[in-house]
Amino acid sequence: MLYIKCPYCGLRAQKEFSYGGDATVKRPNINEEISSEDWDNFVYMRKSPRGKHIELWQHIAGCRQWIKVQRDTATHEIFQTAKVTEEIR
Amino acid sequence: MQKYSVFSLIKNAFSNHQNWEVAWKDPTPKSEYDVVIIGGGGHGLATAYYLAKEHNIRNVAIIEKGWIGGGNVGRNTTIIRSNFMYDANARFNEFGMDLWRNLSQELNFNVMFSPRGIINLAHSDAQMNAYARRGNSMRLNGIDAKLLDRDEVKKLIPMADFSDEVRFPIFGGLMQPSAGTARHDAVAWGYARQADDMGVDIIQHCEVTGFDVVNGKIKGIRTSRGDIKAKKVGLCVAGSTNILAEKLNMTLPIETHVLQACVSEPVKPLLDGVVTFGAGHFYISQSDKGEMVMGGDLDGYNSYAQRGNLPTIQHVLTGGLALFPFLSRLKMLRTWGGIMDMSMDGSPIIDKTHIEGLYLNCGWCYGGFKSTPVSGWTFAHTIAQDQVHELNSELRLNRFSTGHLLDEKGLGTKTWIG
Repeated sequence: MLYIKCPYCGLRAQKEFSYGGDATVKRPNINEEISSEDWDNFVYMRKSPRGKHIELWQHIAGCRQWIKVQRDTATHEIFQTAKVTEEIR
Repeated sequence: MQKYSVFSLIKNAFSNHQNWEVAWKDPTPKSEYDVVIIGGGGHGLATAYYLAKEHNIRNVAIIEKGWIGGGNVGRNTTIIRSNFMYDANARFNEFGMDLWRNLSQELNFNVMFSPRGIINLAHSDAQMNAYARRGNSMRLNGIDAKLLDRDEVKKLIPMADFSDEVRFPIFGGLMQPSAGTARHDAVAWGYARQADDMGVDIIQHCEVTGFDVVNGKIKGIRTSRGDIKAKKVGLCVAGSTNILAEKLNMTLPIETHVLQACVSEPVKPLLDGVVTFGAGHFYISQSDKGEMVMGGDLDGYNSYAQRGNLPTIQHVLTGGLALFPFLSRLKMLRTWGGIMDMSMDGSPIIDKTHIEGLYLNCGWCYGGFKSTPVSGWTFAHTIAQDQVHELNSELRLNRFSTGHLLDEKGLGTKTWIG
């Protein structure tokens, strides 16, 4: 079981959370002219690194907030969590 | 090569089985090969075998970081099927079914292919309609499909919960009678033994650390056992695809996720074929040893760990118990995990790349084992001829930019959400 520290609620079990994927992928700005390639990159292309990964989780069975988690994809160790508006360095 | 038969078995019994030939050698890497296949799993071994057999390219090496058959070909739930709705997937996998049917004879290695059928259960009228449609599509592609009503399902799996109290009553199901299971390790070993006999070098415990690409053309690879020149390189590394892609400065429509499976203690024969639960993600079959082999959902987060966490196993088995209450009496023998190359539409990629001489085989999601022979066959063709075969002409990398997705399950762009 993973234990994730929600910045709003504290340490909670993984079962309360839902995964939302790579948090470093940025959606292009609304109404911005972008190339098809940029759109494909946003929708489909993922780096999926082995090691530290910054990702989105939603505390779906808790406060329902989206949060950022920095986790190791090889060991599942969780280093940092933050509100979705905050940066993880 | 020594042929395996009942006679060779008897003959070797007289010497206490001490004098069997080694099944494949342990060669030192040469400095140059015509083709290097990275990844000694089922798909890589099959690719090397068909390169030698179908295309007479025998100066081939398989480079494997661990040992052959130690990855997903040794970790899957051994299910073989071609019950797909889309033409591209159906034709591809039905060609594979023909390869499976003759595989034990062809490899002179008993892969124990056992076509006992797969039943996908339906739990609503809408699901029955969807299965009728899928069954019709399958039959138009020459694949056997049979729509079963509740009574027919009850005859086949009477131990399922057919009582009135269940949350998801069984309405019926779609059956592919020609689907089945096989002994997964034997598939890897059988391909390895034949490939080795035809001159393929199987190099284990050798990690790829980089690539030599000059002017957009592949020249060779760098490994933990020295540099190897190669005219062509094929990537066949499933869950490690993104790691190698990063070394090539490529980004792919792939995320690596962990998928768990489990087996119970062995019991007497009670379940003939494969059964999937339609109201949750759970599938089950019984191995020849008698263990109930079960699997279901991904853990649901990016992972290279080859092991998962308990909540997912509990969730999957909750679905299992809803379908087969008898499972509550069984002890769980073991659980394990493998890392899946989840493509964004749920279908695989077998294609050339923008680098000349570099070929890509990935995106198998949950279902790589069943496609082992056809994946190797088409990938070998793609490498040898430097062009895709008709069978993998729709399994190309550019489908994500052209919009010709093969979203078989209709789960959208993020397959792992389903």
